[in-house]
Amino acid sequence: MTTNPTITIDGKTVPFREGETLMEAATRAGIYIPHLCHNPEFTPHGSCKLCTVQVNGRNCRACTFPADVGQTVLNDTQELNDTRRTITQMLFVEGNHFCPSCEKSGNCDLQGAAYFLNMLDGHFPYFYPSRQMDASHPDVLLDRDRCIFCELCVRASREVDGKNVFGIAGRGIGNRLVVNSSSGLLKDSELDAGDKATQVCPVGAIIVKHHGFEVPIGERIYDGKPIDEVSLAKEMAMGEGENG
Amino acid sequence: MAKKIKVATTSLAGCFGCHMSFLDIDERILQLAEVAEFDRSPLTDIKHCGDIVDIGLVEGGLCNAENVHTLREFRKHCRTLVAVGACAINGGLPAMRNHIALEECLAEAYLQGVGVDNPHIPNDPELPLLLDRVHPIHEVVKVDYFLPGCPPSADVFWKFLTDLVSGREPSLSYELVHYD
Ligand code: SF4
Ligand code: SF4
Ligand code: FES
Repeated sequence: MTTNPTITIDGKTVPFREGETLMEAATRAGIYIPHLCHNPEFTPHGSCKLCTVQVNGRNCRACTFPADVGQTVLNDTQELNDTRRTITQMLFVEGNHFCPSCEKSGNCDLQGAAYFLNMLDGHFPYFYPSRQMDASHPDVLLDRDRCIFCELCVRASREVDGKNVFGIAGRGIGNRLVVNSSSGLLKDSELDAGDKATQVCPVGAIIVKHHGFEVPIGERIYDGKPIDEVSLAKEMAMGEGENG
Repeated sequence: MAKKIKVATTSLAGCFGCHMSFLDIDERILQLAEVAEFDRSPLTDIKHCGDIVDIGLVEGGLCNAENVHTLREFRKHCRTLVAVGACAINGGLPAMRNHIALEECLAEAYLQGVGVDNPHIPNDPELPLLLDRVHPIHEVVKVDYFLPGCPPSADVFWKFLTDLVSGREPSLSYELVHYD
């Protein structure tokens, strides 16, 4: 019998398998590391930085960093959670997030992470960037105001749907989600409502139409349960599915 | 009897929903009245703070020059200033006009809007000038605490005020933090 190599996360011994990232090892051990652009179904992207942990004194992204013997990882510390709250505030002020008018409110991972981190304000001056809404598709709405550039839709469209409908163009505050079609509009793209790319947006940027506000306030995902519980329950189950 | 804590409130570019939600503390307002008294507030109809008040609650963001003036004066009179609700914290729904040119907004409301008769853009000198964009209040004054929500629930007001009045550092638990 071979024993798995281990790391420690906040003092707890956590086994890992060859090639696993810190995020994967932590999730399997039932440890929540905040994340937005990570989704276990897709290749890691490492863009949101919410999963920042400290490995032997250095800050790293848990979703891309490989686990290795001898690592002492800090995760749930006040300092890291303060950093994550600041990152979340930056995500809010860089977009246009008016939660009271957003269909995703209550079920949104960005909002859920902000609640989890006890974010009470945006702290920074708001950019209020001007971004185009695309309501041209009969079944799918693209509200760029709420996009956080996690590229989950890009990955899903490429890796699962095999369509390459989405991409990111521009830099910094000029970043925009672009659509691969002759007109640049969703209606002329290959996107169908049932595509994986319409199911993975962690925020309210890609919305399947005709389902808005179906779940009443009080019964939405993050009304009752914080994101650490919701995320672990979902992603641990996905992991078991893979191994079983 | 111990000196009462002075509380003032004001509403800028908001909808008064936050004030209504505050009043949803219902009969707890009697408990509050034992330790606190209201100074300037739409609830008392006092228009300017008499002196320095302990806690000032601000509903609404900044959409015109008068809002900015009111906020600056209010800040000067409040030991502790609290941004209450989505509009004060991030501009809220009024800030959804921020990507539309002011001229277009005015034209839509006063010239081309459905059912407008005698179309003209109001220009009475008494009217405060609109800002080109709506801003949250922390961009103009120092804000000490934030109570998110659209509106924050009565329990948020209650938890915050009871914490502050009894000398505890105010904190909001998971159930009390929401943005809608
Ligand atoms: S996407 Fe999320 S954070 Fe943004 S407005 Fe919608 S609910 Fe709020
Ligand atoms: S639209 Fe949604 S899934 Fe796509 S990059 Fe933006 S936030 Fe991510
Ligand atoms: S979850 Fe790791 S960078 Fe986004």
